[in-house]
This record gives sequence, structure tokens and C-alpha cells, in this order.
Amino acid sequence: MTDVVIIGCGVIGAAAAMELSRYDLDITVVERENDVAVGTTKANSAILHAGYDPRPGTLMARLNVRGSALARDYCAALDVPYRQCGSMVLAFSERELATLRELLERGVKNGVPGLTILSGGEARTREPALSDAVLAALWAPTAAIVSPWELCLAFAETAVKNGARLRLNTTVTGLERMEEGWRVHTSAGDIETRYVVNAAGVDSDAVHDMAAPHSFDIKPSRGEYYLLDKAEGTRVNTVVFQCPSERGKGVLVSPTVHGNLIVGPNAESAEKHDLATTARGLDFVRETAKLSVPSVDFSKSIRNFAGVRANTGRDDFLIGVAAPGFVDLAGICSPGLTSAPAIGEYAVELLAGEGLALKKKEHFDFQRRRVRFKELPEAERQALVERDPAYGRVICRCETVTEGEILACLRTPVPPVSVDGVKRRVNAGMGRCQGGFCAPRVVEILARELKISPGDIVKDRAGMNILAEETKGGGSRV
Amino acid sequence: MRELICIVCPRGCHMRVDGDLNVTGNFCPRGEAYAKAELTHPTRVVTSTVRITGAAYPRCPVKTAAPVPKEKIFDVMDAIGRVTLSAPVRVGQTVIEDVCGTGVAVVAAREMP
Amino acid sequence: MYELIVVGGGPAGLAAACAAWDSGLRHILIVERDRELGGILNQCIHNGFGLTWFKEELTGPEYAHRFIELLARTGVEVRTDTMVLDVTADLRVHMTGPATGYRIERAKSVILAMGCRERTRGAIGIPGTRPAGVYTAGAAQRYVNVEGWLPGRRVVILGSGDIGLIMARRMTLEGAKVLACVEVMPYSGGLTRNIVQCLQDFDIPLYLSHTVTQIRGRDRVEQVVVSRVDEKRAPIPGTEMVFDCDTLLLSVGLIPENELTERAGVEMDPRTKGAVVYENMETSVPGVFTCGNVTHVHDLVDFVSAESQRAGTAAAKYVLHGPAAGESVSLKNGPGVSYTVPQRVRPQNVEKAFNVFFRVNRIFGKSEIVVRARERELCRFKRDRLAPGEMENITVPVKLLEGVTGDVTVEIREV
Repeated sequence: MTDVVIIGCGVIGAAAAMELSRYDLDITVVERENDVAVGTTKANSAILHAGYDPRPGTLMARLNVRGSALARDYCAALDVPYRQCGSMVLAFSERELATLRELLERGVKNGVPGLTILSGGEARTREPALSDAVLAALWAPTAAIVSPWELCLAFAETAVKNGARLRLNTTVTGLERMEEGWRVHTSAGDIETRYVVNAAGVDSDAVHDMAAPHSFDIKPSRGEYYLLDKAEGTRVNTVVFQCPSERGKGVLVSPTVHGNLIVGPNAESAEKHDLATTARGLDFVRETAKLSVPSVDFSKSIRNFAGVRANTGRDDFLIGVAAPGFVDLAGICSPGLTSAPAIGEYAVELLAGEGLALKKKEHFDFQRRRVRFKELPEAERQALVERDPAYGRVICRCETVTEGEILACLRTPVPPVSVDGVKRRVNAGMGRCQGGFCAPRVVEILARELKISPGDIVKDRAGMNILAEETKGGGSRV
Repeated sequence: MRELICIVCPRGCHMRVDGDLNVTGNFCPRGEAYAKAELTHPTRVVTSTVRITGAAYPRCPVKTAAPVPKEKIFDVMDAIGRVTLSAPVRVGQTVIEDVCGTGVAVVAAREMP
Repeated sequence: MYELIVVGGGPAGLAAACAAWDSGLRHILIVERDRELGGILNQCIHNGFGLTWFKEELTGPEYAHRFIELLARTGVEVRTDTMVLDVTADLRVHMTGPATGYRIERAKSVILAMGCRERTRGAIGIPGTRPAGVYTAGAAQRYVNVEGWLPGRRVVILGSGDIGLIMARRMTLEGAKVLACVEVMPYSGGLTRNIVQCLQDFDIPLYLSHTVTQIRGRDRVEQVVVSRVDEKRAPIPGTEMVFDCDTLLLSVGLIPENELTERAGVEMDPRTKGAVVYENMETSVPGVFTCGNVTHVHDLVDFVSAESQRAGTAAAKYVLHGPAAGESVSLKNGPGVSYTVPQRVRPQNVEKAFNVFFRVNRIFGKSEIVVRARERELCRFKRDRLAPGEMENITVPVKLLEGVTGDVTVEIREV
């Protein structure tokens, strides 16, 4: 019997797993997909919010501010791309200026440091590309940008390194209350466990209903984005928001830690797994973003994508004990990414309250480093290539990613099995040619290293095979 | 009168051919020859690949050394699909001597050491 | 210290290096990122190459092979599997490769011949899901021709660029069903001969003034929606056609790959997305030349070879005899022309005549290409037909530039 089963390995499940792995516990994380970080975690604004949005006194307010501070430390410790670039919320009218004052007041109550309201002129001095129509801006110096999937990967890898089991391609089909603990029915057999943590993202309502009476519905909200070429990456240097409304935090324009510019999202209600972009949605994002930053050059777009947020229609996360030994980490909408480290901590607290015995491990491995060839100084590049020639072979031209980095990621505690999995770990294919040149090479490397046919290599999820069949009826290998 | 576009070279001349096979609009004599052939017995060069073992890649590019009748393109593809070469292969090396009774050879189009 | 480092061992780099050797340079290095020389020609296994240059019809690998053989007779040094990461304005070339290691080489001149890349789905913003089954035509070409894998069985092709047309035939021959080729413009972007022998030969319909407006399918492409577009290229509601397919190939344009050029501080031309070059393919940075598709996207490799030969010869002249002298005149687009290469000409540096490559911005019937300096007409050339998909080339005698200062314009007049 295992101690804890965590359902879902997005950033929330991974954070909970990592926090639990600090203790002498038997932990199993089950994930439906073939990789971690593939739901909401990989498709969002990649922002660590300062914490002035949530209503004071809510769990969301507390976890946001705490999470923002923890994320900063964790990113440093676990080598996750992070930049504290600050954020601005723009006001274009007196009414919006009133909203800024309200946000400032909330932020102060929530304990967000350093908030000030800038005049339009001051905002433009800081961020010259802002529209002349900007009347004022709320400046939040603690807002940051992050690589969301790498944050999740870092948490998951740390959990696995410290003994947690990760079972991919495993769908939970039911939960059965036993005399002591739970029997988790999955597509890959049953798991008996003392405790269950529900971190199933947009499906957390369905998982909740397996264990407890129905009490909430996830009403997903889909947001569409543009990702622009690095040539646009310094159009702004801080996260530029518009005033929030009931529909969300609005369309933002922000640099990314990878050097691109991200623009979006809109907010449309959608089916749970509807990740399609629409002409109307993208038009809206473009037009709305131009109100903040008129000079954004959308001809430099390299990618559109959509993500779904696990909204519930309430203004707080749904975190708590839903049944004996069963903890919901549900309704994690924005600022879920920011709050994740704090949600992980809080999950441990809730399980302890349910009787989980916590004994700290003597040796908790809390380190992670990966080689980023592109960022190394010349002398280190020289030494590295000399030591391992695979670091001399550039596979992804646009992002300067070497074969050595790809081989190294295949040896991490949570290795990739797909082309996009490689992309999330080492950035190959993230650049302006979007894998046009490197995808065939990555397929070749994956097939060779995983010892499977190129025909079995998938783009991302299972079923997303890249190649259909061999020409000439197959045969003849190199 | 039939209009057709010459495919002999990238110039792509727009030509007219009358009932007596008189060609106009062609820039060079090759166009005239092409137009006449196209109306009487059209032919095409087929380019494809064949399996190869022991080379850096699993396929070696090949071509028919001369145009083959257009209606035989898929027969030629079938014949090409039955061949497996082994490295090394030189450019111009014969892969099939007389493909599908056309009298035309299929030759390798790349050095595969 | 090398006399010349050529970045890229495709058709442009090969021709440039050979020409530089023939012009007297003896310390030349070609740096090629792939495992072998030849560049993109190695996957272009169709024929049609070399009619101008070799006076015979060759496949891509054969065309490359001819130049590789020429190169083998020289003493040009080649480093394959080596990627150039940086070229500085003082001509230090940073490179890395498993056998090469990480090295910085100095050179007296550099020729940039990195070629181009394909525009992607993200660049044109096709709405819909993000399943497997959407490929650039060039990536599909590599899978089919080099790796021996068919990426899909039922195919729609967006864009009528040459690679897309070639892949329509290629995938058909390998047993796939190509349902349609869809082009947003009212004319094809590819060579006319490819429309005939790649689409018409196999009864593949070409939908002009149409585009893909939605991609459907969760894991793999299941359908694409194609709509007719108006004059402003906006989709017209109610014209949707749905194709059941598992693959969408994109042949929607090529972009010169100029990251190194820009980092070297070379002045760029937003029209070509390549460097601004003089008549000898020299850029604004002394000693740095560019040629081939990195300068402007060509339709025919034969012209790449010719242009690259000029660059190689000019680099040799630069190293052996010093910088080219003389004032320059600027070439500008007149009506009907979308760019010219070169952008600048130094008459003193031209022996008899110089070539001007350009593209027109729409289809023209019988027309005249008129070259003029302000109101003064310098020369005119007759054409039966001009199309944006087919690069034009005129040769202008340099003596016509006598007394000309300022700009020279190239324009099209329909007659």
C-alpha cells in the first residue's frame, strides 16, 4: 500500500509531489498523458503574478503571494528560467484609474511589496512602446516571467529523484473507499493508497465526483495566444496588462524567458479539451493588444496556441479535504502557476491534518542543473565539446540546441518520449522555423535512443504519430 | 487548336498547336519537339528513390535516364520499388537496365558511399 | 588566417568557393552544418536543375555532385557537421562541430551562403487545433526522399510554391492521395511547368484565391476547411469546402536565413529580407559577401550558381587587390517591381555590363521592362509574360550609367 496517490502531473500535482517527497513517504503520481506539464501548465501566459488581483482574505490571495516568493527561490535552486521583470496594469480612463487604486489597495492588504501607481508619462518612460492613450499604470516590481513547463519538470524531476514514482499513460477510472484508505482504479491496474490528492486540472471536478458528492463544475475558459519572434522579444521589457474584468486578467503583452514576445489571451468558454484557435479570437487578441502596445509587429508571429483554464465561477481555488483522506487541489485557474509551490506546501498541511505522518528525509536532493550550450561562454563551450563531442553538433539552428543537450535530457529522471517533450526540455524546435529543420533530426535521435521505429515517434501525445509508413514498402535500414 | 505550356525548361513557353501539329509560341526547337510528342505520345522523366543498405541514409535517389511513356509512370514506380541497392553506389550507376520494356534505364542520382 | 571562409556548403557556397579558387585564393574554408555538402539539393531529387548552367537536365543531387567534383579538384578545405554560430564585423567566425570542436577562425573575407527556411503555420496564423500532420513541404520532402518515410496518406497542400507542387507529385507517386493544392493569390507562386507536370499530370485540382481557414483533429489532422478569399485575401463566409485528410503541407514562402548576417551588422533590405548588396554581391560590411537564397529567394539553382560565382570572384579580388572603388548608384523599384538585386551598383567596378535580378508584384501580359534614371530612359527589355513566381533577370551595359547620379529605377509597362 502506497501512502499518497497524486492524480495529475501538471505543475500543481508536481508541486505537491515534490513537497511530499521531502518526507519519508511512498508516493505515486499518475498522469494520463505520456509526459508531465501537458495540460494547462504548458499553455498559459507564463507569468508569476505579484498578487494584487485576488480578493483579500481568500486562499488565493495567500497562496499567490506565498507562491510568488517560493517560486523565485525554487527557480534559482532548480535551474528554471525566471526573470523578475515587474508588471504594469494600464488604465486608459478615469474609471480604470479607480480600478488601479482598488488593485493597489488589495495588493497592500495581500502583502504585495513595492506597488505604486505611475502616471502615463512615467509608465512610458519605463516602457516606451506603451500607447499614448495610457493614463496611468499600476507598477508591481515582484511580478516575474518563467518557463512554466520547466518549472513543472523541475518539480516532477525533484520528486522522482527523491523517491516518488511517476506512472505516465495512466488514466484514473474510479476511486473506491476502503476501510483504510482508497483503491484507485486506473487504466493500468488498481493502486491501494492511504491518501489521494486530486490535481487533475480541468478534469478535477470529475475526479472529485469519484470520491465525494458533486459540489462544483469546471467551466473551462479558453485563451488564445500569439508567440512572436525574438526580433519582437524586447518590444516591452515588463509584463503589460490591461485592467481586469469578470472575464479575467485581459490581454497582456509580455516578454518570455526564452526571448520571445507573448500576446494574449482572450477568454471564451469552451469544452474541456478544446484547444483550437479561432480567426475571431486571434483577431480580438491582436486588436486588443494594440491598444496597449500599438507597435507590436504581428507579422513576426511564429506560433498561435490556446490553453484552457480550470475556472469554476468562484473567486477562489477549491482546495480542501473533500472526503476522509482525499484532498482536492481543484479549480486552479489564474494565478495557479504562481501559487503552485504554495499549493504544494498547503497540500502537505492538509494531508497532515488528515493524519498523514510526516518525517523529514535526511537527504532531500534539491538540486538541478542542465547545460544550456547557447548561454555558455566560449571557453566553457570549448571544454564541453572537447569532453563530449555531441555538444558540438547543433541540432536546432534557431535556438542553438546541441545533440548533447538532447541526449542529456533523455537521461533525466523524467525523460521525454516525444518531439514536443524534447522541445519542452531543451527548446529544440521553439524558434522561428518551428522545427522545420530540426524535427526530422529529433525524430532520428529519439528513434535511435529509445530503440523504436521512427514511425512510432509522436509529436506530443500518444496517437500523434509524425510518420505514416515507410516508402517502398519499408525495409533496408542504415 | 490546342494550347499547352512547355515543361522542357523553367521558361514555361505558352504554345499553340494546330491540327497539323504546327507549333507556335515556342522559344526554342525543344519546345516544338515537346509539343508534338505531348499531343501524340507524351513522356516524362520519373525521379524517385530506391532502398539502399549500408549507406548513411536508407534511400538512394534514382531517375529514368530518359523520358518514359506517361502512362507507364506508375509501372516504373512499381519496378523501382522492388529494387534494393547496397552501398557504395556511384552517380549514374545503372539500377535497372530496361525498365518495364521502355528501353530506358533507371540510374542512381547520388553518390552513396 | 583564411583568405576566405564560406558559410554554407549548398549550391551557393560550392559555386562561390570554386570561383574564389579559380580567381587565385588558396586558403579557403567551407563550413557546412549538415553531414555532407550539397545543402537542400540533396533532398530535391526531382529533375529540372542545370538547364542553363550545364545545358542538361539534372536532379538536385546530381547538380550538387557536379560542383562537389569541381571542388574536389581544388584545395578548398571543408568542415562538415559544423555550424557557424557567429560572424563578427572584424571577420572572426565562431563555429562548432563534433569533430571540429568549438573554434574561432579569422578570415580576410567571408561569404555568407546559408540559404533560406520555410514559412510556418505560425507565421501565417491558420486557426484550428494543433494536431500532428502539419508539415512544411520541405520537411515532408526530407522525410520522403532522404529518410524514406511518407508523413501521411491523404494530403492537402497550402501554397503553390515549387516545393509544394513538387511534393504533390512526389507523394502521389509514393502512393498518397493529394486532394488539392490551395493558393491564396489569384496566380500560382511556382513555375508554370510544375503546375503542368506535378498537378495536371495527376489530376490534382489547384484552387486559386483560396486558403485554409481551419485545421481540425485532436491528435492527427482529420479535416481542413478551405475557403475562397476576396481581393483583400479575406476568407468569404459561405464558400467553405471541407477536405477529409490526415496531412496538410505548407508551401507558403521562403525566408532568407539571415541571423548571422544581421549579427555581423550588415545592412539589410526589408524587401528581399536579405543583405543590401553591390553589383559584386558585397555587403555594407567590407569583406563580407552574400549569395544565393540568403540574399534573395531564387526559383532556379542555375541563377544561384551564377550569382555565387560572382561573389566568389569578388571575394578573391577583394583579398588580392583590395576593396572595390567608386561611387554607387542605387537601384529602386519602379511600378510593378517588388525588389531588385543588387540594390547598389558601382559603375567603376563593372567591366561591361551588370545583371539585375528582380520580381514583379503581379502577373503582366506583353510588357516592357524599363530602366531609367529620373526621366532619362536607359534601356528597355521586351517580355511576353511576367509573373511573381518567376524571377526576372536583365543585363544592363554599364556605359549607360555614364553621367548618372542618384537613383536608377526598374519598372514594368504593360503594352
